[in-house]
Amino acid sequence: MPVRRAVAVLIFALLWHGGAAAAALQRVPLAYLGETRAGDAGAAESGAAVDEGLAGAHLGVADNNSTGRFVGLEFELLPTQAAGLGQLISRPSAGAPVTFAVADLPSKILATIARQFPALTFINVRARSDRLRNEDCAANVLHTISSRAMLADALAQYLVWKRWTRWFLVVGSSAADAAYADAVRRAAAKFGASISAEKAWTFGAPNVRADTGHATLQTEIPAFTRVGDYDVLIVADEEDEFGEELVGRTFLPRPVAGTHGLIATTWSRVNEQWGALQLQRRFEKEFKRAMRPRDYAAWLAVRAIGEAAVRTGSADAGTVRQYMLGPEFLLSGFKGRGQSFRPWDGQMRQRVLIAGPRRLVSASPQQGFLHRVSELDTLGTDKDESACRR
Amino acid sequence: MQTLTLALAGALLVLNGAAAAETIYVSNEQDNTVSVIDAHRLAAVATIPVGGRPRGIAFSAHSGLLYVAVGDDNRIDVVDTKTRKVIGSIPSGEDPELFALHPDGKRLFVSNENDNLVSSVDLEKNSVLGTVQVGVEPEGIAVSPDGRLVANTSETTSMLHLIDAASLELLDNVLVDTRPREAKFTPDGKAIWVSSELRGTVTVLAREDRRILRRIRFAVPGLRREQIQAVGIVITRDGKTAYVALGPANRVAEVDANSFDVRRYYLVGQRVWHMALSSDEKRLYTANGNTSDVSVIDLDRQEVVKSIPVGRSPWGVAVAP
Repeated sequence: MPVRRAVAVLIFALLWHGGAAAAALQRVPLAYLGETRAGDAGAAESGAAVDEGLAGAHLGVADNNSTGRFVGLEFELLPTQAAGLGQLISRPSAGAPVTFAVADLPSKILATIARQFPALTFINVRARSDRLRNEDCAANVLHTISSRAMLADALAQYLVWKRWTRWFLVVGSSAADAAYADAVRRAAAKFGASISAEKAWTFGAPNVRADTGHATLQTEIPAFTRVGDYDVLIVADEEDEFGEELVGRTFLPRPVAGTHGLIATTWSRVNEQWGALQLQRRFEKEFKRAMRPRDYAAWLAVRAIGEAAVRTGSADAGTVRQYMLGPEFLLSGFKGRGQSFRPWDGQMRQRVLIAGPRRLVSASPQQGFLHRVSELDTLGTDKDESACRR
Repeated sequence: MQTLTLALAGALLVLNGAAAAETIYVSNEQDNTVSVIDAHRLAAVATIPVGGRPRGIAFSAHSGLLYVAVGDDNRIDVVDTKTRKVIGSIPSGEDPELFALHPDGKRLFVSNENDNLVSSVDLEKNSVLGTVQVGVEPEGIAVSPDGRLVANTSETTSMLHLIDAASLELLDNVLVDTRPREAKFTPDGKAIWVSSELRGTVTVLAREDRRILRRIRFAVPGLRREQIQAVGIVITRDGKTAYVALGPANRVAEVDANSFDVRRYYLVGQRVWHMALSSDEKRLYTANGNTSDVSVIDLDRQEVVKSIPVGRSPWGVAVAP
């Protein structure tokens, strides 16, 4: 991993020098705040990667610099642990102060650090917490990863469009699962679906590698899912412990959706529409794996700063941030609609993909869900409902 | 034989008018085919299998051949319009999407989306003459009427790149609106029109000093701003009128190319991509990606007179005598 990162840094360094010959470039350093992540046993199956997020940010910097070299701006990524942020900003990189941080952090750590450094602008690429965008919101935090409310609303719109409106909700044991289930319940009420049954998954993570793994699940899951009739099972299992095991094993022949089966997501490898194939290929060529949602959110965060800096021709933090939050800002995110930030809570408005394991099934908002300003604002917390006071 | 065909075509011109005598070719992105439409009958009369993911399409009056960029096969297929068969292919670099024929008929210029390159291809020697590095995901491409300048847009970089057609030197880079798609020179070569898909605008720049002459905005009653996405551009030979395809707005805008005022909108099929004028410029043919048909607009009567079913996801249109 350190070798790969070093190689990537070297490649980007070479890219800058290719275009840097003509004029002195104005530097824009971007902090990337992550945590040390250990690979876990399930990582191979779920496709998780230790550089998820960071890889997307690197690609964003390369894309920014391809435009930057024409207009005299040079972007640089400075990856560090959250605890190292103070040290990083006290040592300005070649004279240019660090004023933007891509935050690949859990919501509580991000909320704390954002209060600690009010002069910095943070872009959240990981935490899907709705609290972080409402009660715990901060004026210096923007979000490029979709909130749970956006994901649940996107799925709800598609299921309502399909007229699959009776849902059986299965909820895992973590706090994240409970938050996801809350978002699903709110989405049901918002779009006219009903939760006809609800159960908590209390078995823990099944040990599917045991020789008896599938045999046990083949009897346990039909028994667990025998709850009367419903149209679709919605599973809330953000930690990827059991959700996949429900697919193809329910008592009634019903589809599984939510965190597994038919998923609502900010990004997926299955999106090849709207020119996305080019982004997927660029990413895979560089990092030898598929681009994941956090990679995409980090790419968006870096590109958003880049777009605002290029459009304003400025590396000044205030100018860039003001433009980013203003009405003229528009980012191309390979989802067929221009993406911008909601001024009331700093959330990026964007389409949410409805994806199967290998194919894009749909993208929300769905036709017929209308909004007076932007149909993208039918997903997640709208202005009037927001509890964010920035 | 060629003379005979031309003479015959000339006779038909007199009898039926130019539009009626010609043939329209439509690239079908999802079917890997080109639909052949008889302009007299206004019906698809044949389907030509080509390479994977055909998009950019153009007819060369010099060679009498039809060129189709087939992105998934990394080449440009050459179609004989008489036998309606692919008779060969020319190298294009990786994933060609749009290309432009040089007025000398001997070269073409093509965008290579994956490699951030524009390639110049020699049609006689069947080889790539050279490449030039541009912004991320080059797309729209045009050659000035005098043959000296190549204009290219890059979608992710949101720039218009100007390239010397002979030396392939990158002369200038101009920031334009988000996700630029098509670039077109006016017939007098003095201005360049660039469409922005996500901003839903067309920017008109002066060739001489790259000054922005106008940013044309479009508004269709009942549609959200985000549904209006400018894609294909066609300008009439007299330089007085431009047509702009508005993608998911399902409209084509008719623009006065002198005052830049939008005169009217035509309701066409869904997700309209690219267009072509009949040779007498009395009709406009539009490729509608989501409804898999071609709309025919009668420009004298100012109405859509027909929609012709073609293959799946039609993208580009070319007209040939």
